[in-house]
Amino acid sequence: MQYVLLIYGNEAEGKSASKEDQQRLFAEYKGFTDELKSSGRMKAGAALESVGTATTVRVKGGKTLRTDGPFAETREQLGGFYSIEAKDLDEAVMLAAKIPGAKTGSVEVRPVMHLPDM
Amino acid sequence: MDSASIGELYRKESGAIVARMIRALGGDFALAEEVVQEAFEAALAEWPASGAPRNERAWLLATARHKAIDRLRRRARFETPLDGVDLEALRTEPVDEPSGAEDQLRLIFTCCHPALALDAQVALTLRTLCGLTTDEIARAFFVEPKTMAQRLVRAQSKIRIAKIPYVVPERADLADRLDAVMGVVYLVFNEGYAATGGDALLRRELCSEAIRIGRLLERLMPERAEPVALVALMQLHDARRDTRVDAEGNLVLLEEQDRSRWDRSAIAEGLERVERALRLGGATPYAIQAAIAALHAQAPRSEATDWQQIVLLYDALLAQSPTPVVRLNRAVAVAMYEGPERGLALLAEIADEPDLASHHLFYAARADLARRLARPTAARRDYARALDLCGSEPERRYLERRLREVSPAEAE
Repeated sequence: MQYVLLIYGNEAEGKSASKEDQQRLFAEYKGFTDELKSSGRMKAGAALESVGTATTVRVKGGKTLRTDGPFAETREQLGGFYSIEAKDLDEAVMLAAKIPGAKTGSVEVRPVMHLPDM
Repeated sequence: MDSASIGELYRKESGAIVARMIRALGGDFALAEEVVQEAFEAALAEWPASGAPRNERAWLLATARHKAIDRLRRRARFETPLDGVDLEALRTEPVDEPSGAEDQLRLIFTCCHPALALDAQVALTLRTLCGLTTDEIARAFFVEPKTMAQRLVRAQSKIRIAKIPYVVPERADLADRLDAVMGVVYLVFNEGYAATGGDALLRRELCSEAIRIGRLLERLMPERAEPVALVALMQLHDARRDTRVDAEGNLVLLEEQDRSRWDRSAIAEGLERVERALRLGGATPYAIQAAIAALHAQAPRSEATDWQQIVLLYDALLAQSPTPVVRLNRAVAVAMYEGPERGLALLAEIADEPDLASHHLFYAARADLARRLARPTAARRDYARALDLCGSEPERRYLERRLREVSPAEAE
């Protein structure tokens, strides 16, 4: 069963963290990612640049509209994701709870839709 | 067998049969529910005329299984491949052995899974474990049947799509998860116990169903003390239920209740359980609350209540769950033991708690103490505030009566 773990956090808080804190966080993420990989549960994953670099795209009447920034202003922003393989929701939640960002922000666990012919 | 007895059988057995079917169907909650429902409908059509089969449960399980196999064959032809279901195993699985404890526990833990919203957990528990209809659950919680139906469908599809596992939690999680289950059971009980009007029979049913699931947990997990404590607490409250409201539907306070009408056999069972729970698991919050209820149940008259012991128990409860509501209850007990002045002093300490500032029970308690101290102005003010915040009709009538008592007569 495939799940995507979406990591949300307050970007401003992340940016204002000290150099040491940032390095520690990076090491924690690396540790978690290695664990996922070595257990064969990692499908994909990425950390994202800040929402300040985001562009939102809509197509209206055949025209491509670009908007600076994310779709919605919220307190927490999407900062990264993992795509994982887990036995069931309990295992996915157990893994999500190990993501360093879960302690400061939140992690949304979403099952991946099963589409037969894709 | 007539339809009434089949209805009774449904209440008693459907949960266990659904539990068996869900496992056989690889965790497909909705399908299991549907085919068990259809099996009972088939029983309703056949049994009144032809008589019930020798082994009713085996018949129902076999019928549900046939219906499931039909559905799955059709599904396999037109839709996605079957996930986690072995049709051959489903066909040959024995039906005559009773549903195992493991299956029923799985069902309880799945219905009360913390990934579901609390109101969905409650709805699913009542629907699947207790066999209440969607309409009944909707009425019990004062929502539209359509809303309740959507809530149930959403919960069932989340179980299936997000793959909430159909398992008993592992040892490391068990205490937390059992706590969550008991929270749901106690919420169902309190919903039935609260004198919020509505359908009296249905409210009684919620209480007896909560007690039934509590007992089931107690039987299925004999090594755990928590369910014993919870059942004790519910039984000791439930023993008083007939005396809590008078013939006109007015609230009767504990001190004014006719103790000769309390259910003595329920009290005896509750008392035995309190002792067992304390021995088995020590002074957990449910066990302490049950012990407090036990002291009330044992007092032959209101004046004979052992308030000193009750205050000590509230001290112990406060040490474990220091919530504003526990502090409020403790203050009321202290007022009974050391006098209203002392109670008012304790209430003054918690008057600013946000949880209490909007709670009618806080003002009602303070008004009662002021009334006992013959301070009608303060009592009037607080009864009026409590009335503003209280939504339950019987409680409102009680508060209005008290307000009249402390108000000057109109002629004056």
